[in-house]
Amino acid sequence: MGRSLNYVLIAGLILGLSGCEFKPVKKHGEDDQATQQADRDSRYGVDEGGPLDIAELNDPNSLVSTRVLYFPLDSVQVSNEDRDVIAAHARLLSSNPEVAVILEGHADERGTREYNLALGERRANAVQQLLVLQGVAQSQIQVISFGEERPVALGHDEEAWRLNRRVEILYSGY
Amino acid sequence: MLKKLFVVIALSLVLVSPSRAVLTIEITQGVSGASPIAIVPFEWIDKGAPPEQIHAIVGADLQRSGFFQPLPKQDLVARPHRANEVNYKNWRALNVDHLVVGRIQALPDDNYQVQFQLLDVHKRSQLAGYSIRSGKSDLRRTAHQISDIIYKAITGKPGAFDTRIAYITVTQNQKKQKSYRLAVADSDGHNEQVVYESKHPLMSPSWAPDGKRLVYVSFTRGRPEVYIQNIVTRKFERIVAFKGINSAPVFSPDGSKLAMTLSKDGNPEIYILDMATKDLTRVTRNFAIDTEPAWMPDGKGIIFTSDRGGSPQLYRIGVNAQGPTGRAKRLTFEGSYNARGAVSPDGRYLAMVHREEGRYRIAVQDLKAGHFRVLTDSRLDESPSFSPNGSMIIYATEDKYRGVLAAVSVDGRSQQRLSLRTGDVREPAWSSFKSRQR
Repeated sequence: MGRSLNYVLIAGLILGLSGCEFKPVKKHGEDDQATQQADRDSRYGVDEGGPLDIAELNDPNSLVSTRVLYFPLDSVQVSNEDRDVIAAHARLLSSNPEVAVILEGHADERGTREYNLALGERRANAVQQLLVLQGVAQSQIQVISFGEERPVALGHDEEAWRLNRRVEILYSGY
Repeated sequence: MLKKLFVVIALSLVLVSPSRAVLTIEITQGVSGASPIAIVPFEWIDKGAPPEQIHAIVGADLQRSGFFQPLPKQDLVARPHRANEVNYKNWRALNVDHLVVGRIQALPDDNYQVQFQLLDVHKRSQLAGYSIRSGKSDLRRTAHQISDIIYKAITGKPGAFDTRIAYITVTQNQKKQKSYRLAVADSDGHNEQVVYESKHPLMSPSWAPDGKRLVYVSFTRGRPEVYIQNIVTRKFERIVAFKGINSAPVFSPDGSKLAMTLSKDGNPEIYILDMATKDLTRVTRNFAIDTEPAWMPDGKGIIFTSDRGGSPQLYRIGVNAQGPTGRAKRLTFEGSYNARGAVSPDGRYLAMVHREEGRYRIAVQDLKAGHFRVLTDSRLDESPSFSPNGSMIIYATEDKYRGVLAAVSVDGRSQQRLSLRTGDVREPAWSSFKSRQR
């Protein structure tokens, strides 16, 4: 009984998420903080006591412990090693259709910001495409690009740039 | 013979948090052949110190333009304040082409009367003379207007000193939390006022032609969405928030439309939003990245970045109310990276970010003659934006690993840098002339 209730809750949360429409809206003088709160509240996830066992995500020997994928300059090409990583994530996600991920695309600081925003999305889309091809439902994946706005490495050299050209696979709660 | 120019005192600006002179300007490359001009400190007709050093503000403005070389203060042979006090022979001996004299008078109503005369040393005649009434907080602005009058009288072209720039600043506190601010300042970096502050990334500020509204991209709801904010009333509106990216918004020259990049249909494409009807028209249709739209001044064309040819290059496409009017035409062929085009107000020049041996620099292409020229020699330049008179390009670059703004004349002769005391400053956007209309 507790089990099925959990499923209902998760399904509800996923529905709530996919029900998020992004349409042009007109709101005057609304409170920034409030909107942000409201939007931040529409989170989804798997409760610790839930029926799913994705302890695999915490196993350093598992391929799915790799959740950041790196890209060459100006490229959206997924490397061969990362294809294996993505395949492992695809297996996990397709066998756990209740689980959802956010794919966050990023670029390094070089070049123009708006182009990099598009490039970050392209990288995340490339990963999404591979996941979907391997049986993950579109509804399990959300793509967000931050372009060059959220670097992880703050340096201004090749090494920092390499670390910043990335897609992060974010599981809620992990 | 003085023309009269009455200036309304009340500045219509009520901005969020005024702060003082945060940006400092350093001229990094002067110009040989700039016209020597002497600007005598204005006479102050009252007790104490004058409320603003108007001559110094004017001198700095004119020097920044690259067309003028103000005479150093210690070389001033005399301190006349009126044309009839000027001994032209002395100034000719110093090879000065022009002379500016003036005075500031405190009025009983706490305002000031600023008078000045621009004199041609060779012809021994007056080129311009004005009397401007100004409130105390408007004196810097009055100085910029004087600079505009002098610039116009000598070069024949309008000055762009009495205009504004908008830009983004990013600072980090001790807990490594970032703060993103959208700020507006006078064209010389003074009088900075923050109009929006967020802990989430902010991007792509651009002016409405009325000079009262800014359009920008905010991540405040976790993804890039487009907002318009009135900088006077602080009112803001979320304009587009589709799935995917909502980015690179720019007003059409008449302000009736907004061009932008949306990936709602799966791929970054250029769209035009009609501000009145909210109708959305798709302009590009290509599997590649299409982004960074810039309007041609006649509103009948859009220049954008696309990697449809394998590397990011600039293209032009004709547009009307129904959408594109033809096929996109590639404009740039120099090197493997030309992006974020900006078109000069007369439609002649296209400024862009150009990659050369791994360095990103500002380049300009003559759209009529086709000449291409790299203007800067730094390595991480971004976001070029033309001054409304088309003479300068302001852009973002880095200096000792900090984001700073810099400006370069379109001919590449004059360069200057605007730095923040702390943090990064980026994505400058120069306002239109109208921004300061009273």
